[in-house]
Amino acid sequence: MRAVITVVGKDRTGIIAKISDTLYRHQVNIVDISQNVMEDVFAMVMLVGIDKCTVDFTELADLLDKDGEALGMKIHTMHEDIFNAMHRI
Amino acid sequence: MINTRDILETIKMIEEEHLDIRTITMGISLRDLASDDIHVLCDKIYDKITRRAEHLVKTGEEIERELGIPIIHKRISVTPIAMVGATTTALSYVPIAQALDRAAAATGVNFIGGFSALVQKGFAKGDEVLLNSIPEALSVTSNVCASVNVASTKAGINLDAISLMGHIIKTTAEMTKDNQSMGCAKLVVFANAVDDNPFMAGAFHGIGEPETVLNVGVSGPGVVQAAIRRAGNCSIGEVAEIIKKTAFKITRMGQLVGSIASERLGVPFGIVDLSLAPTPAVGDSVARILEEVGLETCGCCGTTAILAMLNDAVKKGGVMASSNVGGLSGAFIPVSEDEGMIAAVRAGVLSMEKLEAMTAVCSVGIDMVAVPGDTTAEVLSGLIADEIAIGVVNNKTTAVRVIPAVGKQVGDSVEFGGLLGSAPIMPVSTHSPAKFIHRGGRIPAPIHSLKN
Repeated sequence: MRAVITVVGKDRTGIIAKISDTLYRHQVNIVDISQNVMEDVFAMVMLVGIDKCTVDFTELADLLDKDGEALGMKIHTMHEDIFNAMHRI
Repeated sequence: MINTRDILETIKMIEEEHLDIRTITMGISLRDLASDDIHVLCDKIYDKITRRAEHLVKTGEEIERELGIPIIHKRISVTPIAMVGATTTALSYVPIAQALDRAAAATGVNFIGGFSALVQKGFAKGDEVLLNSIPEALSVTSNVCASVNVASTKAGINLDAISLMGHIIKTTAEMTKDNQSMGCAKLVVFANAVDDNPFMAGAFHGIGEPETVLNVGVSGPGVVQAAIRRAGNCSIGEVAEIIKKTAFKITRMGQLVGSIASERLGVPFGIVDLSLAPTPAVGDSVARILEEVGLETCGCCGTTAILAMLNDAVKKGGVMASSNVGGLSGAFIPVSEDEGMIAAVRAGVLSMEKLEAMTAVCSVGIDMVAVPGDTTAEVLSGLIADEIAIGVVNNKTTAVRVIPAVGKQVGDSVEFGGLLGSAPIMPVSTHSPAKFIHRGGRIPAPIHSLKN
């Protein structure tokens, strides 16, 4: 099972470090990552594999929400299926 | 990997444009329940509903979290209670409504629908008992919804039932007057009611439906409006194309949520209802879509034409996105639940007559309209008869959910709160149709050839 994590907010140091640390601690594998900074808005999309994740999906999403709060950024953790359903026939 | 732009588009739709799944509604058959003692029957109904829907809310919440899309309501619909209640000797079905309300509270759902009767051709045992129980049932429960089908294209229009419903709506308003006549917001009068409608207040579990079923209603007027705004100046054909594409995406979301929920609950997936359902929130309005296309205010000349195009385009886009489409499937125009509609009524642009014309080209009817509290039962029946005739002749579902707000006059408004919103009192003709209504009987079914 794969999930998409999106992070949007004002650019600062330590964003990827904090999130990837949370992912690493719970055995979440980063499959793909893309990011860009426009003016000072940071936007990152991460595709992750959560088959071996040590916590359930809801808990992972909650942990990442907390990271988002700490960073002052908005983090969405959503199952990959929603994007496939909406954008692929 | 999925295109980053697509990902951000989806998140924007949810975050900024109010995209959500309006409801997952579990239909539960009560046809196997019978007892001549109403209290025994109530216990059986409560037990069956709470058993079947035990995990509905929890599962819905899990899916919400995983997919990141809000599922606003979880609801239950049941077999029309008039049929189940008919097995008893009771003279009131209020205890059944209370059992349904307890079951709704126990399962945590937002609404339970099916305190209903199908009387398009006449009253069977149980039907009149149910109708007469409606005012009290809606005043002593909080989450029960009632509906009555009074006509169909094949059966014609039951004028006796329409006459009775005028009085029932008046009595319901009176009995719930301390709560803004709220009971009437949970009572719909239908023509051509559908068996698999997930939306309230008109949902019931039709008699051709399986034992249990899961139906999904999507939402998304804000997404459609935003897409049209982004397109800027383009032809009406291109606007229709944009609406189709947007409806496709919205419906795919409904299809996904429905299939996951049905698998986890072990309940067959019924249909996705393609309706564009507004909310009173700013940016989630069907009226504002019409204005975005090019109206100064919803209700002015041109409104019906744009609404017809919108309704058709939503269906065309949605049909391909779902394996089974059903329910009401069309743009909703409930006045109190749509911020743009409320504004159009307050501005004096949207009249009852225009609203009636609009219902000829979309679902569902004169919906969530508040009228002065002194409106007579006969006028209400006349209003219902007109709206029902539009449905019967055009072979579509129409409905009336009207609130004769006790003690209120044109210029006042009633505040229901939540999804039900706020309804400005609309003027309605006070000239009497009493002679017509009191004739009673049935208007014959319309002819289906010689169409003009």
